[in-house]
Amino acid sequence: MEYKPVRKVVSGNYAAAYAVKHARVEVVAAYPITPQTSIIEKIAEFIANGEIDNIQYVPVESEHSAMAASIGASATGARAFTATSAQGLALMHEMLHWAAGARLPIVMVDVNRAMAPPWSVWDDQTDSLSQRDTGWMQFYAENNQEVYDGVLMAFKIAETVNLPAMVIESAFILSHTYDVVEMIPQELVDEFLPPRKPLYTLTDFDNPISVGALGTPNDYYEFRYKLAKAMEDAKKVIHEVGKEFGERFGRDYSQMIELYRTEDADFVFMGMGSLMGTVKQAVDVLREEGYKVGAAKVRWFRPFPSEELYELAKDVQAIAVLDRNFSFGQEGILFNEAKGVLYNTDAKPLMKNYIVGLGGRDFTVNDVRKIAENMKAIIDKGELDVEVDWYHLKR
Amino acid sequence: MEIPENVKKRLSIPADEHFYAGHTACQGCGASLGLRYVLKTYGKKTIFTIPACCSTIIAGAWPYSTLDAPLFHTAFETTGAVMSGIEAALKVKGYKVKGEDGVMVVGWAGDGGTADIGLQALSGFLERGHDALYIMYDNEAYMNTGIQRSGSTPYGAWTTNTPGGKKHFLEKRHKKKVIDIVIAHEIPYAATASVAYPEDFIRKLKKARDTPGPSFIQLFSPCPTGWRSPTDKSIELARLAVQTAYFPLFEYENGKYKINMPSPKKEPKPIEEFLKYQGRFKYMTKEDIEILQQWVNHEWEKLKKLAEIFG
Ligand SMILES: Cc1ncc(C[n+]2csc(CCOP(=O)(O)OP(=O)(O)O)c2C)c(N)n1
Ligand code: SF4
Repeated sequence: MEYKPVRKVVSGNYAAAYAVKHARVEVVAAYPITPQTSIIEKIAEFIANGEIDNIQYVPVESEHSAMAASIGASATGARAFTATSAQGLALMHEMLHWAAGARLPIVMVDVNRAMAPPWSVWDDQTDSLSQRDTGWMQFYAENNQEVYDGVLMAFKIAETVNLPAMVIESAFILSHTYDVVEMIPQELVDEFLPPRKPLYTLTDFDNPISVGALGTPNDYYEFRYKLAKAMEDAKKVIHEVGKEFGERFGRDYSQMIELYRTEDADFVFMGMGSLMGTVKQAVDVLREEGYKVGAAKVRWFRPFPSEELYELAKDVQAIAVLDRNFSFGQEGILFNEAKGVLYNTDAKPLMKNYIVGLGGRDFTVNDVRKIAENMKAIIDKGELDVEVDWYHLKR
Repeated sequence: MEIPENVKKRLSIPADEHFYAGHTACQGCGASLGLRYVLKTYGKKTIFTIPACCSTIIAGAWPYSTLDAPLFHTAFETTGAVMSGIEAALKVKGYKVKGEDGVMVVGWAGDGGTADIGLQALSGFLERGHDALYIMYDNEAYMNTGIQRSGSTPYGAWTTNTPGGKKHFLEKRHKKKVIDIVIAHEIPYAATASVAYPEDFIRKLKKARDTPGPSFIQLFSPCPTGWRSPTDKSIELARLAVQTAYFPLFEYENGKYKINMPSPKKEPKPIEEFLKYQGRFKYMTKEDIEILQQWVNHEWEKLKKLAEIFG
């Protein structure tokens, strides 16, 4: 069948819901939280209207139980999905470890939302980044199209490496903003994403297994190594699945870091998520103004694209890392990770961290220009002014 | 040993064994006995969910399992939720769930994982109406972490975080009536059971299996380690708990209550009978025992009334 996309104008959340429908998810267990709620509402509507069948929908009593029920379903062999945000994700934290440790390929959409207090429903990456050590893969979507594509790819990758995956979109900027999304006809999704073949299931009654038992010091260590290895192997799978997606549907995701006009760039802006749409636009403007700049959008934060980062860092004088998140007592989380990767390599670009957009603070093309001016001054001087710059701070 | 067919027929307890020897429960553990009866009744087509509790250990460390049935070990507070997910997945995959030829989804959790931290997930499970059975084995404290109080710990009982000292004992609250909380969800079937009455327990397990919807059994399971009682007294204590009406056996079925006492005509024995052999009650004075007796009387009268009115 020839690929003819179906174009729909949808919110990021609806893009996620359509992807869940097209992925033929079998169990959805979820709990409402702004701005995630409309993902599940839309799925429930699909079910109510008979647009999805062969699905079980479990409206649970908390996010902790949403993840626990997804785990039960996935361990029984079903393709399971859930979605949440911020406080909900934090409540799930314990069970995120459980999903990864039991090697269950659950896919979850996290709508990035700032952690309280103070209450905030707006965009901020600290919720998802706080989960970085749980053994979940993390894909940051720049726009609604990437939310849709990301969910489909995440299932395929997760089910290949037997690790859970999070697809992350920005609160409101994507979740509630309507945009054109090219959707893939069901038959072609089915070809790309066949039914799940589970690593194990709880339904083999003649050879019963026990999952998640006590691991003594004699064994636990190896379990951890296998998980680490799966995460490392995931890089290759991400590359292959991203490439296949490109070949089938014209949008190539083979690179874990998407490079934009970086070939001859003196310095680049690096960041994740919807922020990078603004940055790419700013790069075009700045190029017109004579800046030799580019953008490096980190798509996959777990596993971390160390090799691709090294290749990029070799050829630029400086990197401005834009973090819509913060690790208290240290610095922006992407900045921290990127510096760590480069330490034992020959690449030594100047690296500066800009903390931007926390709790939904607006971040515009003009902000990128100001950062570019600052970066240029730093490069000219050959040294940093400050390492971590709270860019928007009202002084 | 092969059991001859003619003998098998006479046994009221299934001869099948799906709980392996070599498990790591303490001697005289009521919980392990309970688990054995569940496996005898349901056989291999059972999927267990076991949260953090003594049974995590009883079920065995990787790569071993003492259960001849699939088992998902999960986090302390998630039994009700994980079972819900398993049941949902079985349905979407086209399995028959519950009934004699169906798959049994069984949650097996301690009183701590049920009455306290897991109450929310239990409530969600009951209220959503999943076809599965939740069994709370009630040893009246958190035994796995070293005998700390739970909501199900009775008045006056010593535990390591509510000790009895020279001047006071700290456990001043009566046992939480988890079964009443469960019944408030108006589920089709809920019952209490005791390891001292296996036939009654097995009958109830079968009823839970054959009744569609969520079911719940609270199983009284003595713990010699936590109760500071001799290991050969577990069954006697479990029996005395019933005979004193401290832990009466009853069923709640579609709105109706039915008391299943072994000697229905007999008046309950005094509570002292149940307290004996147990080091955990040794701090109690006569007055304390009277307070406990009053509570038992009150709850027993309440239950009898319920059975009378809604029998
Ligand atoms: C979130 C969480 N908190 C605490 C614990 C520690 N913990 C493990 S088992 C347990 C007590 C279990 O008690 P109960 O459910 O009564 O079962 P029993 O051990 O008596 O069989 C506790 C507190 C845990 N595993 N998880
Ligand atoms: S501590 Fe009690 S409940 Fe736990 S295994 Fe020992 S006897 Fe059984």
